[in-house]
Amino acid sequence: MEPADFIVEMNNISKSFNGVQALKDVSINLKKNEVVGIVGHNGAGKSTLIKILSGAIRKDSGTILINKSPVDLAGPKVARNLGIETIYQDLALAGNLDVTANFFLGNEKSRYFFLRNSLMREEAKRVLQELKIRIESYTVPVEFLSGGQRQAIAIGRAIYNKANVLVMDEPTAALGIEETRRVGELINQLKKQDVGIFLISHDIHDVFDFCDRIAILKNGEIVEICRSTEVTKDDVISMIIKGAR
Amino acid sequence: MLSNRKNLLYYVGLFSPLIFLILLILVFSLLHPRFLHPLNIFNVMRQISIGGLIALGMTFVIIVRGIDLSVGSLLALCGLVGAVVAKGGLVERFSVGANADLVNPWYWALIGSVGIGLLAGALNGLCITKLKVPAFVVTLGGLSAYRGAALIVSDGGPISGFDDAYRWIGQGKIGEVPVPVIIFLVFIILCHIVLRYTVYGRHIYSVGGNPEAARLAGINTDLIITSTYIITGFFVGLSAFILSARLNSAEAVAGMGYELTVIAAVVVGGTSLFGGTGNILGTIIGAILFGVLQNGLVLLNVSSYIQQIIIGIILILAVAFDRFSKSTRQV
Repeated sequence: MEPADFIVEMNNISKSFNGVQALKDVSINLKKNEVVGIVGHNGAGKSTLIKILSGAIRKDSGTILINKSPVDLAGPKVARNLGIETIYQDLALAGNLDVTANFFLGNEKSRYFFLRNSLMREEAKRVLQELKIRIESYTVPVEFLSGGQRQAIAIGRAIYNKANVLVMDEPTAALGIEETRRVGELINQLKKQDVGIFLISHDIHDVFDFCDRIAILKNGEIVEICRSTEVTKDDVISMIIKGAR
Repeated sequence: MLSNRKNLLYYVGLFSPLIFLILLILVFSLLHPRFLHPLNIFNVMRQISIGGLIALGMTFVIIVRGIDLSVGSLLALCGLVGAVVAKGGLVERFSVGANADLVNPWYWALIGSVGIGLLAGALNGLCITKLKVPAFVVTLGGLSAYRGAALIVSDGGPISGFDDAYRWIGQGKIGEVPVPVIIFLVFIILCHIVLRYTVYGRHIYSVGGNPEAARLAGINTDLIITSTYIITGFFVGLSAFILSARLNSAEAVAGMGYELTVIAAVVVGGTSLFGGTGNILGTIIGAILFGVLQNGLVLLNVSSYIQQIIIGIILILAVAFDRFSKSTRQV
């Protein structure tokens, strides 16, 4: 692996909450066109790790490099401006607003304070159609849409905001089989568009289906980072539970 | 996809206050010959304007999942401050007369009244967002504190007697239309445009729909929430001025129980107490509904005690209906 390819390098990250060590010296990296899965038990440190990357919480020590330059991820906006977009399980959309409004949430196109709704609708349509996401109505509140469609809108929004690093927290947890497949297709599509993806998941099958590499966390430490082609599901499960193959 | 039955329920929910209003008008006009007399209609409209202005602000507050119980007390305080400004102090309080001389013209009173409203609104908003005290508690405290402040300002008694220009705002007409009604119409249009067509309006709905999502999208949710209380404070100040001009008097007991009718109008008009949905047109229908109800019951000689019971029941039914239609909308 050429070290020159890395778009994210997190080195020796540590974090503790009230004396409890959530992360110990964790190092992980990500290339473009790559999906890295992060797996582990509840409390293993997955969420803490990705929240540090998305700027939601701050690390105690360690360094983070984005495209080779050291960065200080002081808040969600800083991370977003660096091209790091995070898709939270079901937190990112306002259910009372329509597809277009959610797509441009906090980033509305306007002229003299007035919303440019038709312009935004066209843009949202264009992006979502490019991603082959079919939505019957762009004016219906998104709470009427399926979980998969909502997830797709969140992904579409991240793409539109020119994400080159996408962090997906349990993207399929609330989805059915068919919808999970759609999200999988989207992930593959994004890979081809030079995006690097961190995928946090409980679902070992998803992780093997979507990921190029798998990072196993236990008690705040990396057990191993391996290529998904070089391990079996049993190996990964055993590492999650026992901390060894 | 929505099934047809759910779709139908959804639209019934949307239009039910309007249907109820039309029925009410029909019933009252059948029961009382003078109900549809132009004089009575303008009377009702003038009545609605004062509470209606506050309801405009309350719509913003409730859309962002808030509540403002302090509006009635604040109304008294604002009106008194305006009157004190006009009188140039408390000395002239008892110069009651149809045409009392004022130390300061009406617009200084208006500025004083609205100024206090804006300040109180900002205070409410900051306590809610910065001290993290629930809106219900903050404004319940305000309900007590502003009333107390009003009693201090007025020293218990009313401040009465303003000049022609002052009273014209509350009692005057342009053509056949009362001035308060015209002011109300202007702000209805303004609020509708702001809420529906501006970026700010969109942010209001997003904060009400999902505050966490709004925050993650980079929207300053604290600022948005605070601004809705400031808007409400503005409207309380404005309507306090109009009320004192109409009654030719400001007093500490003004606006008792206003919070209930105002909140009831907003909620009956389809703005959900759970946040994120609602609009100005619904609020107007809600305000007209309660105005017509009160007027009709008065014309029919129904006791005002019974009126209070009816308002309470309608409020509960409206929220129950909102809950019910929310649960059928889960697809």
